[in-house]
Amino acid sequence: MFRTVLVANRGEIALRVIRACRALGARSVAVYSEADAAAPHVRAADTAVPLGPAPAAQSYLAIDRVVEAARASGAEAIHPGYGFLSENWRFADACRVAGLVFIGPPAEVIRAMGEKTEARRRMAAAGVPILPGSDGPVASAADAGAIATDIGYPVMLKAASGGGGIGMALVADAGRLDASFAAAQRRARSAFGDPAVYVERALEAPRHVEVQVLGDEHGTLVHLHERDCSIQRRHQKLVEESPAPALPAPLRSRLHEAGLRAARAAGYRNAGTVEFLVEGDAFYFLEMNTRLQVEHPVTEEVTGLDIVQAQLRIAAGERLGFAQGDVRLRGAAIECRIYAEDAERGFLPSPGTITSLELPAGPGIRHECGVEAGSVVTVHYDPLLAKVIAGGADREQAIERLTAALDRYRIEGVRTTLPLHRRIMASRPFRDGHVHTRFLEREV
Amino acid sequence: MPEEVRAHITGVVFQVVAQAGSKVAAGDPILILESMKMEIPVEAPRAGVVRSIPVAEGQTVQEGDVVAVLE
Repeated sequence: MFRTVLVANRGEIALRVIRACRALGARSVAVYSEADAAAPHVRAADTAVPLGPAPAAQSYLAIDRVVEAARASGAEAIHPGYGFLSENWRFADACRVAGLVFIGPPAEVIRAMGEKTEARRRMAAAGVPILPGSDGPVASAADAGAIATDIGYPVMLKAASGGGGIGMALVADAGRLDASFAAAQRRARSAFGDPAVYVERALEAPRHVEVQVLGDEHGTLVHLHERDCSIQRRHQKLVEESPAPALPAPLRSRLHEAGLRAARAAGYRNAGTVEFLVEGDAFYFLEMNTRLQVEHPVTEEVTGLDIVQAQLRIAAGERLGFAQGDVRLRGAAIECRIYAEDAERGFLPSPGTITSLELPAGPGIRHECGVEAGSVVTVHYDPLLAKVIAGGADREQAIERLTAALDRYRIEGVRTTLPLHRRIMASRPFRDGHVHTRFLEREV
Repeated sequence: MPEEVRAHITGVVFQVVAQAGSKVAAGDPILILESMKMEIPVEAPRAGVVRSIPVAEGQTVQEGDVVAVLE
């Protein structure tokens, strides 16, 4: 195992990784921006290194500064968490060049899966179903229009260097294509530094189901079952659970098998997630996330495995130590993401200072929280404050426990998604397992 | 009557879309704020001509700050 690991992130995920380092006897090094000097993750680590000013481009996204912090603090490995540099192949490569272990898959795998049209090609070649769409990025609105007419509206315009649902544009008909194409290019450039977009057929109200995989450096690759992450706003997840409710067993098995096939085709190692859209009995490859997911705790709760510790052990060259047959599901787990957003006003960001915070304890309740009373929630970073996860013997029990926890959960000083989560848990369609990606518009 | 347009959220000015002298229709974006990785347009509340935009790209504005004046 590594003696010292630098955690190149902030908030709840930095605390989560620091905890895993401690459990494995590794020293942890936090990094922080000027806005985060008093943040909980800075105090939780064994040492901490300042990176620079608050804007992420000058701190958490500054590859040279993060690599230098690792060198200065004697770290042998870097865990990128999620977001920031976690899916940046140049960062993974910079780590390698500096003699540091990047805790994740090899840089070339990140690169191939990050180029979304290349990922589509590879998956199709491996026999993983993909949605009809363009073979590569499209050069103009006219080209996009020709493809859209061919595959049929509605279509989705997506950033070729993007992912995570950021900057996608749904186009209902040909009349709206030109304006949407220009907007999609602009968003792709601003979010990913590359204006290239591609076209894919849009499904009406699919489910989002993803398969967690774990592979070591010695040829073992397993799946840790699936998660349903259908409840989303702006194509960003809000509620996740495992197992996926109301999913027929044969479809579930086919998804697991396709997840493994996709990971093998990618030459995958470490923890990753293969995302699918599911409609009826059919499913389609959406993208592969070559990193730890925000929602990994629900899988940990139902499998009893620690995915972050597994990432560290795999990166250190250890064997996974178990096979597919050893991975057992027990019960169900559900996670709610608590964002500093005002769900009553179209999920507008709600920066501010947290004046009080109460995390309710209870059977089966797990908290991942990156803030405390007095924390300043700034405009510079992602609005995720905390996650609350409930596990139970079955889905009904998990919902009951989560409902009880949400009732007593208090965050004052900023508006949060807590009231919305309470309504989702109480809603009949959710309780019946009728979840889909347009759930919030239609059901709550 | 000049009308002050205020930021409805705290954020950083990501892009100034209109400029002094621009004609805008109700709902046209005057500028785009960035907050917590989201781009949020500040739209013209009514048709008019932009008299001034007293903020610049990269500047942080608080909820309620004047970001444009319409006439």
